[in-house]
Amino acid sequence: MFSFICKGIIRDRRRSLLPVVVVTIGVMVVVFLDGLMGGMMDNMVRMTANFQTGHLKVMTRAYAADEAQKPNDLALLGSGELMEQLHRDYPEVDWTPRIFFGGLLDIPDENGETKAQGPVTGQAADLLSKGSKESARLGLEKAITAGHIITQPGEILVSIDFAESFGVKPGDRVTFFGSTMDGAMSFANYRVAGIVRFGNSMLDRGGVILDITDARLLLDMEDATGEIFGFLPGEKYLKEQVESIKTSFNHQQAGNPDVYAPVMTQLMDQDMMRQTLGYTDSMSFFMLLLLMVALSIVLWNAGVLGGIRRYNEFGVRLAMGEEKRQLYRSLLTESLVIGIIGSAVGTALGLLICLLLSRHGLDYSAVMKNIAMMIDPVIHTRITPRMYYIGVIPGILSMLVGTALAGRKIYKRNTALLFKELD
Amino acid sequence: MINVKQFKRTESKYIIRAEGLTKDYPVGEGHFRALSDINLTFSEGEFAGLVGPSGSGKTTLLNIIGSLDTPTSGSVAVLGREVSALTAKQSAFLRNRHIGFIFQSYNLLPVYTVYENVEFTLLLQKKNREERHKAVMEALDWVGLTEKKDARPAQLSGGESQRVAIARAMVKRPAIVLADEPSANLDAENSHHILQTMQQLNSELKTTFLFATHDEKVMQYLQRVISLRDGKIEKDTNS
Ligand SMILES: Nc1ncnc2c1ncn2[C@@H]1O[C@H](COP(=O)(O)OP(=O)(O)O)[C@@H](O)[C@H]1O
Ligand SMILES: [Mg+2]
Repeated sequence: MFSFICKGIIRDRRRSLLPVVVVTIGVMVVVFLDGLMGGMMDNMVRMTANFQTGHLKVMTRAYAADEAQKPNDLALLGSGELMEQLHRDYPEVDWTPRIFFGGLLDIPDENGETKAQGPVTGQAADLLSKGSKESARLGLEKAITAGHIITQPGEILVSIDFAESFGVKPGDRVTFFGSTMDGAMSFANYRVAGIVRFGNSMLDRGGVILDITDARLLLDMEDATGEIFGFLPGEKYLKEQVESIKTSFNHQQAGNPDVYAPVMTQLMDQDMMRQTLGYTDSMSFFMLLLLMVALSIVLWNAGVLGGIRRYNEFGVRLAMGEEKRQLYRSLLTESLVIGIIGSAVGTALGLLICLLLSRHGLDYSAVMKNIAMMIDPVIHTRITPRMYYIGVIPGILSMLVGTALAGRKIYKRNTALLFKELD
Repeated sequence: MINVKQFKRTESKYIIRAEGLTKDYPVGEGHFRALSDINLTFSEGEFAGLVGPSGSGKTTLLNIIGSLDTPTSGSVAVLGREVSALTAKQSAFLRNRHIGFIFQSYNLLPVYTVYENVEFTLLLQKKNREERHKAVMEALDWVGLTEKKDARPAQLSGGESQRVAIARAMVKRPAIVLADEPSANLDAENSHHILQTMQQLNSELKTTFLFATHDEKVMQYLQRVISLRDGKIEKDTNS
């Protein structure tokens, strides 16, 4: 009987083609969106980690309590020793200092008079040490629109929006006015090495990037740092590993009553990050559900139309002694086969698209222009094992539901009536 | 082992017996009486026909005997069993094992080959491949179509199609074959051909044939003619 059903599907294209195409498209969309959302999440996690949180982060407790203000007066002192300890205790992690600061950037004219002045937020990372991965993490090479990345002390990178509104060009001399960690006024002159554009309004608006050594001089933070970022090997965020390191570190410090004692947080401790990820998860689930309902309705209608065309066949089969229940079941078996074929083809196509986009990336900077999210404008779809099955379940299920609903019409129809339609 | 759910033939003098059979179709507010107090019996091996003008109730009577429709009142016993008392499963079983149907417009399944069309009934019976093959080839041999076994219905002539339909009805060696206007779409030569085939099967296998027809060519083969008019028996050559 099963081969009888399969022959029907293969030979009667009008019966099978439309549902196969519908299921294929639906499944392909599911797989593609899963890859895209996964890619977006990866992207967001990566950007947030690289610019804001690291996979792990060490601060003083006092700094952590007021972290959004980046209170450098509460920074970690004796950071060299702390870094050494971190390297010793967790050698697999790449530990690196970061300092966030704010101030005014002054652009002088050729006479040294102030031509323009604007507020900027600065970020300092270890860009010049041998073997440092920080320049790559910040994607500086890629972000440069003019000039070059920081190659020596005394150089500064200026964000594109600021540079454009104040006419800053590579090679210009600029002065930064800020305050030291003790609250004293401080300033320093830099040479603009390059203009950077991250494709993200948060970073592009008014920002400067300095090497950590220059920042320490400027802010009087010798052997101090606001934050220490930790990155797992291969720049891969692993929740379990990160949690265990964080727990172990904080456990060591548990007995220390000092408000300046170091405390470790991890990427997902950030409320926004966790919420966004949770939100995206329920979004994907909701999308999947919605798509399944839509598919079911389409397939239901296709099934009803296809069923009308086949009343003749059903009448004959009933006359030959097939029970309605058997007939109904054979329709479901048919839809199962169609669902499997459509799901397989859809999954293959979806994976193919994802594979292409994971290589080449999807540039959606035009759409994302003014969205203040830590996200890179080029998404690389993520390929995960779950993509092999995520579309199959809704694909098969919607086909079964659609057929079950369409088949009810035949089921309810009087045998004599179905039979009458024979002639 | 007796499976009570399945149809079991009981001993009876008549293979088909209708008593006081009436069928009303609802029409608008009221109803239309398609069959009115039909009393009929058939014995095993008969080659009989319901004849009468279009609309006289032939198809309705055939469908009730074939358990595809139910009477409004009265009773029909087929193979000694009261048809209206059968469950859906039992009446499907009755059709599958004991009654073969032949239609005016052949009604072969277009997607399947000649062989597969004939085989389908046996698939429902869950017969194994060898049994099926033997029975299908034999049935195709009866109608002279073994060579066409891999053809699709669309590739067959009308006469060939109806012969496949005969093979499909006969492959299970049913007790009764119900043939509703089997020659209506055929020319004279093909009409004679299929009737001769059925006549031969009737005499060799003792299958009871009941026709519904208004075709003179068919009538000349019938051993018994029951004339219907306006849902009533007008004449029965047997009584
Ligand atoms: N489902 C139905 N509803 C209403 N009237 C019907 C229905 N089926 C058949 N009839 C009527 O019953 C009468 C007998 O029909 P039928 O048995 O098909 O006649 P025949 O086969 O002799 O041409 C006809 O007048 C027909 O119009
Ligand atoms: Mg008729």
